[in-house]
Amino acid sequence: MEISMKINGAEVTHDVEPRTLLVHFVRENAGLRGTHWGCDTSNCGACVLWVDGTPIKSCTMLAASAAGHDITTVEGLEKDGKLDPIQQGFIECHGLQCGFCTPGMLMTGRWILDNNPKPSEEEIREGISGQLCRCTGYKNIVDSIHWAAAHPAENEVSA
Amino acid sequence: MQTPAPVDYVRATSVADALSLLQQHGDEARLLAGGHSLLPMMKLRLARPEILVDINDLDELRGIRVDGNEIVIGAMVTHAEILNSPILFEHYPIFREAEKVIADPIVRNKGTMGGSMCQADPAEDLSAVGAALRGTVVIQNAEGRRTVPMREFHEGPYETKVADGEILVEVRYPILPGSGSAYEKVERRSGDWAVCAAGACVTISGGVFSSVGIGIGAVNAEHFTATGAEAFLVGKEPTAENIATAAQMAADSCDPSADQRGPADYKKHLAMELTKRALTRAAAAAVAVHLTKNGA
Repeated sequence: MEISMKINGAEVTHDVEPRTLLVHFVRENAGLRGTHWGCDTSNCGACVLWVDGTPIKSCTMLAASAAGHDITTVEGLEKDGKLDPIQQGFIECHGLQCGFCTPGMLMTGRWILDNNPKPSEEEIREGISGQLCRCTGYKNIVDSIHWAAAHPAENEVSA
Repeated sequence: MQTPAPVDYVRATSVADALSLLQQHGDEARLLAGGHSLLPMMKLRLARPEILVDINDLDELRGIRVDGNEIVIGAMVTHAEILNSPILFEHYPIFREAEKVIADPIVRNKGTMGGSMCQADPAEDLSAVGAALRGTVVIQNAEGRRTVPMREFHEGPYETKVADGEILVEVRYPILPGSGSAYEKVERRSGDWAVCAAGACVTISGGVFSSVGIGIGAVNAEHFTATGAEAFLVGKEPTAENIATAAQMAADSCDPSADQRGPADYKKHLAMELTKRALTRAAAAAVAVHLTKNGA
């Protein structure tokens, strides 16, 4: 079936099987490999992207269900050649080692800050509780999100 | 790599359209709500529908609203929406307590109440909440709507009163002014299914329990509740002793089986302890509301 959706602002159309999962549509059909394909069981959160601004696990959504919706992937965070503060935070605070969980962490981290510009450590830890990192022990990820909260982009309303 | 087997897909444009699609395709069709139960089942080939009827566009199944003396939750309301609902928190804090421990924040953004309830896992949290609150399930088919009490909704594990060609459209909860409610759950790790969970919703009048609702999940409680323990408490003072007796009665009425989540005697102990804690907190909250209403 032919499926069209907006990914990071660009209209993308492909003919795929109805059983195609959104994570595979984004990676294989749209060619955006930033979103990672991890556990396949909605546990690890490496595949988190936004559908209409809300993060979901794209291994557990059909691409067909996403047709007609606005998708934002990790590639969509950077604006005009400038990294989003959440991305800069992960650089500043060494928020990744192997990097496999990072795209999901970035998408959830950005979402946490969009809803709560000054989250507590507990709120960040709760917010990323649907995502697994096997390298950092999470401390540097929490620090990275805190860094982004303390360094909002100029167009963000600082809390 | 886990991927569903080949399947057809169609998007319903209304409840009436979804019902006619279900009728057209019979038991080969399955409704696709949030997909967080059905898609994993399809990946594992535990479910093999021929066609998915996607109901995510049906706004008529969304929304949490007050209707007279009831709160109505649409089938397609997500777990995140229930968690963050001011209406539900005002009347029934038990929803927030239960939702906080269902899966994780990202899964809660997509998973729906109707999907969870129709999957009918024996450890499903909203089933225990619904039993405690004595909700009513509204089911629609080609002939119209019918209602089923939450306490009669489950036919057994993974089986409900929703038949082929039917849709769960909403669940209605009676508003109980002055009630207190609470939810307790023990899981192996954050976001997991319950080893055991218990919820309670009570009202207190004249210093004694005037109504008691108990919901128990994951330990094979009949209809997710414990009617003997409820009946015992009505008319009695909310003392620690009475609550402990009721909690023991509730645990005795459960019949858990041993599995990877723990042995049966441990689960029975949890049923007692969690029922006790839920009743104790619900009673304290109900008393507080009662005193506030009298200006104290």
